[in-house]
Amino acid sequence: MPISFEIPERIQQNLQMTEALATGIMRPEARALDENEHQRPETFIKMTWPVNREQQKRALDRLAKGAAGEAPRREGPGIRMLDMIYTFEMLSWGDVGQMLCMPTALLAGAAIEAVGTPEQQERFLRRYAEGDAPVWGAMAMTEPGAGSDTSAIQTTAVLDEATNEWVLNGEKIFCTNGKLALDESNGLVVVWATVDRSAGRAGMKPFVVEAGTPGVTVEKVEIKHGIRASDTASIVFRDARIPYDNILGSPEVRQRDTTEGFKGAMATFDASRPLIAASAIGVGRAALEFVKEKLAAEGITIPYGEPVHARTAVQRDVLEMEAQLKAAWLLTLRAASLVDHGQTNNLEASMAKTKAGKVVTWVTQKAVEILGPLGYSREWLVEKWMRDAKINDIYEGTGQINTLIVARRILGYSSRELR
Amino acid sequence: MISFTPTEEQQMLIDAVRRYSANEVRPVAHDSDENCGFPDKVIRTGWALGILPGNIPEALGGFGDAHSAVTGALAYEELAYGDLSLALHLMAPALVAVPLMLDGTPDQRAEFMDLFLDETPPPVTAALIEPRINFDPARPQTTAAAENGHFRLNGRKVYVPLAEGAEWILVYAWNAGAERVDAFFVRGDAPGLAVGPRERLMGVRALPTYPVTLEDVQVEAAYRLGGEAGADFARLMAHSRVALAALAVGVMRGALDYAIDYAKQREQFGAPIATRQAIAFMLAECAIEVDAARLMAWEAAWKLDQGQDATRESVLAKTYADQAAVMVADSAVQTLGGYGYIREYPVERWLRNARGFAAFDGLAMV
Repeated sequence: MPISFEIPERIQQNLQMTEALATGIMRPEARALDENEHQRPETFIKMTWPVNREQQKRALDRLAKGAAGEAPRREGPGIRMLDMIYTFEMLSWGDVGQMLCMPTALLAGAAIEAVGTPEQQERFLRRYAEGDAPVWGAMAMTEPGAGSDTSAIQTTAVLDEATNEWVLNGEKIFCTNGKLALDESNGLVVVWATVDRSAGRAGMKPFVVEAGTPGVTVEKVEIKHGIRASDTASIVFRDARIPYDNILGSPEVRQRDTTEGFKGAMATFDASRPLIAASAIGVGRAALEFVKEKLAAEGITIPYGEPVHARTAVQRDVLEMEAQLKAAWLLTLRAASLVDHGQTNNLEASMAKTKAGKVVTWVTQKAVEILGPLGYSREWLVEKWMRDAKINDIYEGTGQINTLIVARRILGYSSRELR
Repeated sequence: MISFTPTEEQQMLIDAVRRYSANEVRPVAHDSDENCGFPDKVIRTGWALGILPGNIPEALGGFGDAHSAVTGALAYEELAYGDLSLALHLMAPALVAVPLMLDGTPDQRAEFMDLFLDETPPPVTAALIEPRINFDPARPQTTAAAENGHFRLNGRKVYVPLAEGAEWILVYAWNAGAERVDAFFVRGDAPGLAVGPRERLMGVRALPTYPVTLEDVQVEAAYRLGGEAGADFARLMAHSRVALAALAVGVMRGALDYAIDYAKQREQFGAPIATRQAIAFMLAECAIEVDAARLMAWEAAWKLDQGQDATRESVLAKTYADQAAVMVADSAVQTLGGYGYIREYPVERWLRNARGFAAFDGLAMV
């Protein structure tokens, strides 16, 4: 396949529907949901659940077929990454807060698809493929004392051999959709816990914790700068017991050939980072388009072919915003495309995420600046986009952590050599 | 379908140019910059790679399937990775070949196309840039006045590569009668055309460029590019921006690779400086900019190959690459510290070269 930027027909068609949802449902609700934090985007959830449900159903069937036919184990995400980044971009253009409330297994699903056994995939993911009530999934990694340094997590999983159950203790924070998954639906959370604190990363394992598990409580939801419609939960585990088979991957520690599970689940970041980058760019595009629209109403257009000396400072800013967004988008496209071609994209995913997070933070701040007193007003959505955009420079690895990953990769250094 | 993989043929071309850059160009790049010119042998070897003839369709006598800006961009990046002066020198004939392919009349193609299939580079070039701080390629002050059966050209051009000894110069001028920019095939020895003394520039010192003045130079109407219909100047400029963006990517990739190698070897405080975030982060940001600039150049090139308007994409790609090239080259100098400022090391040359892109509109064509 030669170098090409042709958007496939199926994506173009999907985008029309997604845009209709973004324009017709998300935008009109965006302000109210921002002002009334923690209120659920009911309409958006109702509209997207059946679509996601059918998608998950197809993906599950495909995974089952792959397992039965002894097809290669690593199937990758059921739906093509390229399709997902276009959808994420467009939904985030509508409203990123609502987009994050999309009822789906999302990161939990990605981990289960990546390293779960066929039995686990069926047991855990079927709920996302049936029923009228929406179901959410979440990933719980971060702890009060373990942010970028994930190896410092303190949540423990101890095997009770008498009952053959794992007993979880600890606290997870900043868990997107944690409350929706555990309290408001029959969902589940993939929880990272250590089976051996002295073993560092090798001791870290992902466990599936289902809604209704005794000892698991959502203690609070955060009050945030932006993405206020999104559910950001703190979850506490007090002697929470889960079946032995809820561990994803091997329970063995320290054996070189059994780090597969850890690596596999960490690889979900390689998939999630392009998605977050795409989501960021959706917010940035919303702001850029809005600025251009308002400028055009004042008779100010963006002259691409004109020489630099003929540009005003504002025109120069807008051109720079466009160029930066395009740069971030193309890096994101590449990172996603690599996943679909079964190639590694660890470097490219971090490049895209770093760039997108930084760019949209700047683009949306610039948008508020350019639109003056009206840009700063809560009458319009630009100030909200600026607040929403900032999260992209933070979650799924801060810009700095992703820069560190890029640096290690281009320099050929391990995490010990470049700290 | 979205894809970022060059075709097998393109990959072979990339590999061939990469070998040439590493083995023939890099070893002489420093001295060529100091001595203001590349050895003829290097130019001849480079021409023998067939980059331009390979990008001329068979229908026009070349060896390619179709003219492709993407293919050109891939080759240009590798050339500039070797050296920017060399790349601009070697590809100067494309300043005429590409407009001829895109806009030439059948007669014009019949007369000139064979030049580009020779075993030696043809002595042809183009003149677009003018000596003004606020030069606008779309509004040149060089004029072409239509008179019965011919045009009369007047004006001053600069940055004309290889103008001395050129047999043909494609001169861009404002055609007031048609209110448009036209290009004219002007003989190097045409009465009224004068090539001035070689220019002295901050960078690309190995590239011979000259000022050219035109005083009442008469050009037959048949030698207007595209004849009556003229040329699609906006599209030509898009082709130029893509070429320059791709060259800029080559320059910055060269600077980044060098800085990475250096930072991993240079030890201070008992460890390679690359193990410090201050250096590592700077290099990581450079790596992101190099890739971003490349993807933008590719996208604009792809649009051109699709026959679509690429004004917006090419402007964004070129603007982006202009800045990124300076940022990356500057970071490379910074990584080397004091050594970076010494001419024995290549990074200061790359910084001088990188700054040129903001002034190079029309100096390359893909």
